[in-house]
Amino acid sequence: MTKIFVSRDAASLALGSSQVVQRMSEEAAARGLPLDLVFTGSRGLFWLEPLVEVETSGGRIAYGPLKSSDVADLFEAGFLTGAAHPLRLGRMEDEPYLARQTRLTFARCGIVDPLSIEDYRAHGGYAGLARAHSLVAQAVVDEVKLSGLRGRGGAGFPTGIKWDTVLHAAADRKYVVCNADEGDSGTFADRMLMEGDPFCLIEGMTIAGLAVGASKGFIYIRSEYPHAYRTVSKAIEFATKAGYLGPSVMGSGRAFTLEARLGAGAYICGEETSLLESLEGKRGMVRAKPPLPALKGLFGKPTVVNNVLSLATVPWILAHGGQTYADFGMGRSRGTLPIQLAGNVKRGGLIEIAFGATLREIVEEFGGGTVSGRPVRAVQVGGPLGAYFPASMMDLPLDYEALAAQKGLLGHGGIVVFDDSVDLARQARFAFEFCAAESCGKCTPCRVGAVRGVEVMDRIISGIEPEKNFEVLEDLCSLMTDASLCAMGGLTPVPVMSALTHFPEDFDKAPRVPVAAE
Amino acid sequence: MSEIIAAYSSLDGPTLPILHALQEEFGYVPEDAVPMIASALNLSRAEIHGAVTFYHDFRHEPAGKHVLKLCRAEACQSMNGPQIAGDFLAKLGIGWGETTPDGVLTVEGVYCLGLCACAPSALYDGEPIGRLTRERLDAVVQEARGA
Ligand SMILES: Cc1cc2nc3c(=O)[nH]c(=O)nc-3n(C[C@H](O)[C@H](O)[C@H](O)COP(=O)(O)O)c2cc1C
Ligand code: SF4
Ligand code: FES
Repeated sequence: MTKIFVSRDAASLALGSSQVVQRMSEEAAARGLPLDLVFTGSRGLFWLEPLVEVETSGGRIAYGPLKSSDVADLFEAGFLTGAAHPLRLGRMEDEPYLARQTRLTFARCGIVDPLSIEDYRAHGGYAGLARAHSLVAQAVVDEVKLSGLRGRGGAGFPTGIKWDTVLHAAADRKYVVCNADEGDSGTFADRMLMEGDPFCLIEGMTIAGLAVGASKGFIYIRSEYPHAYRTVSKAIEFATKAGYLGPSVMGSGRAFTLEARLGAGAYICGEETSLLESLEGKRGMVRAKPPLPALKGLFGKPTVVNNVLSLATVPWILAHGGQTYADFGMGRSRGTLPIQLAGNVKRGGLIEIAFGATLREIVEEFGGGTVSGRPVRAVQVGGPLGAYFPASMMDLPLDYEALAAQKGLLGHGGIVVFDDSVDLARQARFAFEFCAAESCGKCTPCRVGAVRGVEVMDRIISGIEPEKNFEVLEDLCSLMTDASLCAMGGLTPVPVMSALTHFPEDFDKAPRVPVAAE
Repeated sequence: MSEIIAAYSSLDGPTLPILHALQEEFGYVPEDAVPMIASALNLSRAEIHGAVTFYHDFRHEPAGKHVLKLCRAEACQSMNGPQIAGDFLAKLGIGWGETTPDGVLTVEGVYCLGLCACAPSALYDGEPIGRLTRERLDAVVQEARGA
């Protein structure tokens, strides 16, 4: 029976993969050819999807992008043996887009059956946990410290140092919480990993539990991700049945259990203290820090809060050694960064690569420019709170410090490409609009500032008293930056001010009401 | 309702799971659920009411028969999402968050569905749709209306 691998990632479904598979099964049945369909996550080369890979003696041979109407033709050509066809791509590993990457966190995504523990183990899964079991807690934490891993959720805080704090906090109970709220627009790596390799996240959380002395964990998944929630919930169930979660993890005598929880459509619940409030069942209001969640987190107990990717990178680090991980990267940004390339770009997808690649490499070499064929005019890096950079700044390296030096941020690694039809004044207005819609409302600079920001931008866009309103805009931005309790209000000025700095011509609207002659 | 509430009451932090389960069952969170949850969890009504109103997901009245969530965030903006969505709403004669007069379709705006590499995108009754076009949206309405 021929094995055919097809992605069931939500983006693959969005591109019509299930219709193609349906058609393929019908065609196979009509021809009396038995198929062994294996559902995987996505490799993250979305412009080639829907895509199928056929197992042959020469490796997995890919065909894509497919339409249902291509299916009969593929059978005629003999694709089940890897035969030639205009849509034959060959081995995905040889696809330059993938070959140029360094897939550590995403090593298995798109290759394994996400819900098969055997498959996971066959591809190196649970080697990290086995190693962690052979070490004392402090040694596990030290390995993570050595790796230089910094939180992938946006703030870039060193993961090992956070774990150390929780390890040394004395308490009767501790928690590990995975932040799977992935609210940043233009990002989807957490989603892909949860749908394509959920055991990797589960293993990472189990190692975290072992390292800090927590026996319970929660995965807080945004409700916009129903597929990820289902896959993760099933994976937890399977891992529990197989003894990888439960009262004695892998027979070690150490307990660790997990629960997946759904968010409820609030961007601010990605902020860690708001997330904890939400998990406790309250409004997602940001808590003042200190106390740090590492000391007083969920239900007042010491809590590790980490992003999906931070946690899912830990098994690799334990299995291969912290130093091996740290050997990738640049400056203080060690290891690899899963970049998510999206928007108006020809070849959007997931690009896991060592820190330090330039925007140009990503947008032009990987991305191939815009899908509209027009010139790239702006890229927004790091989600809705990230800066807009012009095409002239494409030599910026992707590294936490390099972006901060240019008044930007790396965030969760999302890059959104815009062509020359974009109006940056409108984008600046949107930044305020988004903040107004998603602010938790706890502090005035953010709650009121965002609403005022929309009004000021409306006046600027209409060309009303531009000089005066530019001043108001800048004052408002410095107030929000300085006086907001959290980064929601504090960083909303980043997209606004970057738009104004790099694209002033978009803000320079002719006054609608001519100024009276003096 | 009390059965649903009881089923989740023993969880740590049961409020959101209960509200999700109620909405799953009824299509919205009924007003009279609030005092019931409050007494089951030993919390004040104000606390439960506060939670229900904080989150965008929880509806206070039933939605249409089908729900379309359209992404309004940046990657979808870069691919003409706002124009496509604007024309679509105008054609239906409704605004964001509203339901067509025949009660068939509710259109909600969301900020990012994680489908940014195939923007603009949407979720229709939980099923993802990528590379949205005006034609594709017309087909969705037709399907919703059972044509
Ligand atoms: C407004 C706001 C939204 C955030 N959204 C997310 C998110 O969706 N996912 C995430 O992992 N971190 C998010 N963060 C960062 C978290 O507060 C926190 O730094 C992170 O979960 C820590 O994990 P890490 O160290 O592994 O990154 C957000 C922060 C702010 C201020
Ligand atoms: S900055 Fe905004 S989101 Fe953050 S605490 Fe203040 S009001 Fe809430
Ligand atoms: S920005 Fe629209 S799906 Fe992410």
